[in-house]
Amino acid sequence: MHVPDGFLDAPTSVGTAVVAGGVVALSLARASRRELDERTAPLAGLVAVFVFAAQMVNFPVGAGTSGHLIGAVLAAVLVGPATATLCLTVVLGVQAFLFADGGVTALGTNVVLMGLAAVWVGYGVSRAVVAVLPTRPASVPFAAAAGALVSVPAAALVFVGLYAVGGAAPIPLDTLATAMGTWHLLIGVGEAVITFLAVGSIVAARPDLVHLARGRMPALELRTPEHVA
Amino acid sequence: MGSGHSSHLHVDGDTPLHRLPPHVKLLALLTFVLAVVAVPSPAHGVLLGLLLLAVALLATTRVAPRHLAPRLAVETPFAIFALVLPFVATGPRVELGPLTVSEPGLAAAVALLLKGTTGVVAAVAFAVTTRPRDLVRALQHLRVPDPLVLIASFMVRYVDVVADQLRRMRVARLSRGFSGRSVRSWPVLAAGTGALFIRSYERGERVHLAMVSRGWNGRMPVTHPLTATRGQWALAALPTLVAVAAAIGARLSS
Repeated sequence: MHVPDGFLDAPTSVGTAVVAGGVVALSLARASRRELDERTAPLAGLVAVFVFAAQMVNFPVGAGTSGHLIGAVLAAVLVGPATATLCLTVVLGVQAFLFADGGVTALGTNVVLMGLAAVWVGYGVSRAVVAVLPTRPASVPFAAAAGALVSVPAAALVFVGLYAVGGAAPIPLDTLATAMGTWHLLIGVGEAVITFLAVGSIVAARPDLVHLARGRMPALELRTPEHVA
Repeated sequence: MGSGHSSHLHVDGDTPLHRLPPHVKLLALLTFVLAVVAVPSPAHGVLLGLLLLAVALLATTRVAPRHLAPRLAVETPFAIFALVLPFVATGPRVELGPLTVSEPGLAAAVALLLKGTTGVVAAVAFAVTTRPRDLVRALQHLRVPDPLVLIASFMVRYVDVVADQLRRMRVARLSRGFSGRSVRSWPVLAAGTGALFIRSYERGERVHLAMVSRGWNGRMPVTHPLTATRGQWALAALPTLVAVAAAIGARLSS
């Protein structure tokens, strides 16, 4: 699902690379302030490896076809959006340079689509949804699913916007937006279901690791058997 | 698609591309592909020439074609888009055998295939001649911010470990009679993904503690700084210069 070289013209590619650089700089500042410090770089590295590995899990759709997770909202819900942006940026960079997946000049575009649009739109929706749900850890998977559902078509529509600026051929934009939006809404449904199930299993086992569940954990109380006291 | 990355592409060898320092090669790759993308789309002959140049560069790596072919398949989704393009694009129509297609759409589709393939071929030439470790050193040398370099270094170091873990979890599922063929298998696979996150995170904690106990202070020491001679820079700049000249020439003549 990565944009290759030549899909967008050179000025647009350079422009998105500049935007991506700015986003990464802001995420570095925010991640070091709120989500990680430089001591925890190994943790962020292993989260990046996790995102990369999670994309390798094939989810059968039926009729012999299968899809895979994008993982932008999954990462954002688990470790926070700024760290997720950094992890996805590294994953996309490693995929472009070591696996030839996604164009090297389109790296900025891919970071804008997945590291910026999918992560932050999805995380914003998740935050909004979790704010209106009851304050329990069990609300978190629903919020994550809502964010994942929106994140995929959001990234697709940002791509349509970029295509309008620097696309290779004149395609009627409303057709492109409808086709991309509808198709990616379907992909988003799959992403939402998988994110819901995965976050649900993590919240059940280790809710303390889930960034979005912070402040939603039941307060621990100290109980002393009466006959001891 | 991001699926199917079993292991990285690097193949050991001793060719000019293998010997180039990684930071030189990285800059050469980026500038070459950027120049190719900047060639105006109607200049199909120029683009074809640059594609052949990229193929020639890939051929100098002496890596077996059978190792390379699966890598070139990453293009498939966009090749399909390129095939659809002539039918959905607007503009004057042109006869193509029994079909009537959009003229700018057809031109753009050919250019898109040529540029995309050139990009993939050039990136594969980089990937097969560069160790993952050297990519990280190149990023560090090129002043990429430390946290990103660190994340990238842990990623290339642990990707095979985590991929192995994923494989063991798959074997465990299969040996318990699991067969994932439909959507009904998603809860199991998704719970496995969740378990993989917890295991990766806990591995990160263990790695971090092990590093702290060995004197980690938040920075990777540079043990072997990268250097490059003028000759190596000049050699690496050649394809870029050809592509820039081609792009300028095609722009002037169009």
